[in-house]
Amino acid sequence: MSELNSLMQGFAVIMTPMNLGLMVLGIVLGVLIGVLPGLGGANGVAILLPLTFTMPPTSAIVMLSCIYWGALFGGAITSILFNIPGEPWSVATTFDGYPMAQKGQAARALTSAFTSSFIGALVAVVMITFLAPLVAKFALKFGAPEFFSVYLLTFCSFVGMGKGSPFKTLAAMALGFALAAVGLDTVTGQLRMTFGSTELMRGFDFLIAVIGLFGIGEILLSMEDGLKFSGKTAKINMKVVWETWKELPRYWATSVRSAFVGIWMGITPGGATPASFMSYGLAKKFSKNGSKFGTGEIEGIVAPETAAHAAGTAAMLPMLALGIPGSPTAAVLLGGLLIWGLQPGPLLFVEQKDFVWGLIASMYLGNLVGLLIVLTTVPLFASILRIPFSIIAPVIIVVCAIGAYTVNNAMLDIWFMLLFGVMGYVFKKLDYPIAPLVLALVLGGKTEDSFRQAMLVSQGDLSIMWANPLVGTITTLALTMLLWPLLSKLLALVRTPKVDDLAAQRPVD
Amino acid sequence: MLDERLHLSAGVPATRSKRKKEPAMSDDQDADQDDTPAIAKNATVDAVVAFLLLALGSVVIFEARRLGAGWTSDGPGSGYFPFYIGVLICISSVGILFQALLSKSRDTGTFATVKQTKQVASVLLPAALYVVAVTFLGLYVASAIYIALFMIILGKYKPLKSVLVGVGVSVYFFLMFEVWFKVPLYKGMLDPTSFLGY
Repeated sequence: MSELNSLMQGFAVIMTPMNLGLMVLGIVLGVLIGVLPGLGGANGVAILLPLTFTMPPTSAIVMLSCIYWGALFGGAITSILFNIPGEPWSVATTFDGYPMAQKGQAARALTSAFTSSFIGALVAVVMITFLAPLVAKFALKFGAPEFFSVYLLTFCSFVGMGKGSPFKTLAAMALGFALAAVGLDTVTGQLRMTFGSTELMRGFDFLIAVIGLFGIGEILLSMEDGLKFSGKTAKINMKVVWETWKELPRYWATSVRSAFVGIWMGITPGGATPASFMSYGLAKKFSKNGSKFGTGEIEGIVAPETAAHAAGTAAMLPMLALGIPGSPTAAVLLGGLLIWGLQPGPLLFVEQKDFVWGLIASMYLGNLVGLLIVLTTVPLFASILRIPFSIIAPVIIVVCAIGAYTVNNAMLDIWFMLLFGVMGYVFKKLDYPIAPLVLALVLGGKTEDSFRQAMLVSQGDLSIMWANPLVGTITTLALTMLLWPLLSKLLALVRTPKVDDLAAQRPVD
Repeated sequence: MLDERLHLSAGVPATRSKRKKEPAMSDDQDADQDDTPAIAKNATVDAVVAFLLLALGSVVIFEARRLGAGWTSDGPGSGYFPFYIGVLICISSVGILFQALLSKSRDTGTFATVKQTKQVASVLLPAALYVVAVTFLGLYVASAIYIALFMIILGKYKPLKSVLVGVGVSVYFFLMFEVWFKVPLYKGMLDPTSFLGY
């Protein structure tokens, strides 16, 4: 039970007035970010990251991860009240959430969404508490080939589990790697792909890309429809909360199933969206009221919300234990670690105990504080969406510009942000996934380093990727994932595939 | 964040679909119909983007070979990894190009209508002008002017209210960045706050 001791130490680390204050600030900012159009978890954290440069790393990660939890909660508000999913994984929440709001049960829907989110996150954090140290200990034995195979698996899963054209996933990913390679090569000291420009020597900062792709890109997309929000109002009082809480234990089976689906899918990258759809589908199949799903069933909210939060939280496990983020927001947090001077990866559990356990403790506390804050302040945040878009849009563009400038204090970065914004708009319209691009941009350098080291060991012989059972299994699994679109087509020839009636609604993320 | 706007179709929630896929679908919530012609089909834009990617991939391969994509005396050269990345970009862009031009199941949906394009441009072009303004006037002054003008011209607000919001937002950011978090921002050649010591 050394984990519990460490966890208690973690609580001791974060229980200072300053850290608790930052936690509340982070949650409030996060919900705000989750509710505002154009700002989501990933670019919200990216914009606020420069503000934390002067803070101690533990306080900084507490604040930033709380922004993440807040943004996850905020997504449910827009899904249920406005039928606008805040994040791709909130899409499934709108199926039953909005009909409930239309029937005047918005408060009940919101309460069950927030509570399910909290339960999903809690189960995932308990899993992280006990599993992450083991994974990290195991990963301490990893050499360069093992690490490269894990990176390979990360990126190949995008191709295997993603929706839409596998070529587009590959292209987005390779583009991320190419952008990551621009600048100074740390091994040979050569300048790569700068084409004589001194400004390009710094390379492309992933924070700029995240702010542009997610922030400006979304604003441009929102602008297409001219944006007139027509939302339902909701006031949550203790009576509704209490009655919904009495009702929720009835759906314990759905909650448990969804939490496990979420955890399982969350550890693999980009897993939150498929997890929410999968658990919605499963709940529909197993529930007594399955046929009524889509007309405002509370179980149809419990399932996707629990799974999405479990997945979003579980995405922190590979980030902490292996240094491989499971979601774009986790990738931004990982970038933060590097900026604060911490080396992500298995050694973090040995060298930075206070930091790691402080973060894990803040996951417990942050989600609890988040639940209380959103339950009490929903009307306030819902009213923000009623501010006309012609005020919100320029303010968000200004926020993005300031965020882009503060990363490196460079004017050129604001132009890059705008460029990435146009790219994000076109990519979203053409169903190119953005998450693999961001992850490739963040992990590009590390992936390349591990590949080079592995090749150095074997003198350029690729068979080192099958040198021992561990690395061989991971590599084979990765290649199976990569070829899965092809394999599934071949399988479909042999036997008729099951028709997934939810697949059409799943967004590319 | 708002791209996945769902809306009710044909009464059955289980068949909801994204607007961009089926532009002919009616929207229960918006009264005004967008019947302006399309500027391009998805497949056309797909092909253009794939072609750009192919060009980029070729540049990456070319540059990687210049840097040394092979084996040098002390291990893999600088271009070793980027070379394969360039190849990957080229392969995938050829795949997309094929899907967009020759495949039977190519996406003939509307990329954007004229009205949508105008609306996007009405945000994008002012944003570009704003970045130019930032270069000369600094972040605070340019932001105040940008927000105020955006509200007056696109939002049809009264000038006084717009200016108040613009200046208010800038002052708030000034307090947040310079005073509370001690992060200095670019102030341009006007440097309006130098008398305060910032």
